[in-house]
Amino acid sequence: MTGYDEERIAAFLRLLPPPPEGWVKAAQELPQARAEIAALVTRALEDAAARARIVADLESALEAEGIEPTPSVVAALRASLDAD
Amino acid sequence: MAEIATDAQLVSRCRSGDQDAWNELVERFSRYVFAICMQAFRLPAEDAEDVFQEVFARVYQHLDRLRSDDSIRPWIAQLTRRLCIDRLRSSGREGPAELDDLDPGGVDEALAGLDDALTVRASLDVVGDPCREILDRFFCRDESYKSIGEALDLPAGTIASRISRCLAKVRAELEGRT
Repeated sequence: MTGYDEERIAAFLRLLPPPPEGWVKAAQELPQARAEIAALVTRALEDAAARARIVADLESALEAEGIEPTPSVVAALRASLDAD
Repeated sequence: MAEIATDAQLVSRCRSGDQDAWNELVERFSRYVFAICMQAFRLPAEDAEDVFQEVFARVYQHLDRLRSDDSIRPWIAQLTRRLCIDRLRSSGREGPAELDDLDPGGVDEALAGLDDALTVRASLDVVGDPCREILDRFFCRDESYKSIGEALDLPAGTIASRISRCLAKVRAELEGRT
């Protein structure tokens, strides 16, 4: 970017409003969420049938473990399964 | 001026399991990811939330695969872009965010603008409070002089001049980098 007059700075600042607080908090809590879903992933790795069930319905698999399937937790589970 | 961790320092601390560093990394890039989803790709809020969480889940998962700690920003941009496109492909939903309606040139232009905006945003952290908070409340959160004055315990009549002075500080900080 070249040129930094105050009007342009203000316009750039307006481009970045904050996301909903809950989204940020959920993403920040990912490390704890990952610890919670580690057992689920381990089971999926050990048992092909369990893996198929989990992959088919991530939300239900999490609920069955007593874990709330928030978008961040579902995303973390998907990322873990994709990685393994 | 505040002492701010570089992206590379933050990534390095995240890799060693530092929760505070992860919190800071999410905070630093959350607006960027959010803006790419909502402005560049015009995703509906529920899809944007899923992509937002997916981005940070993958960043956390694959942090150790990053070739250079300095490259986290373009990596996050690329990852967000890819996940937004995947979401549009899979949604098949009618609406302004349909993949066929997206102009690739427009997306590139929007991403370039957001990249510049993130650079400007980073300069707020260097300038620090109270300027950071005043400018954030006014320009990013669209708060009135009255609300800002009440929140920061400042006379509302002084907010306009403070904004002006703070913008000048940010400008000086940005120009000092070039």
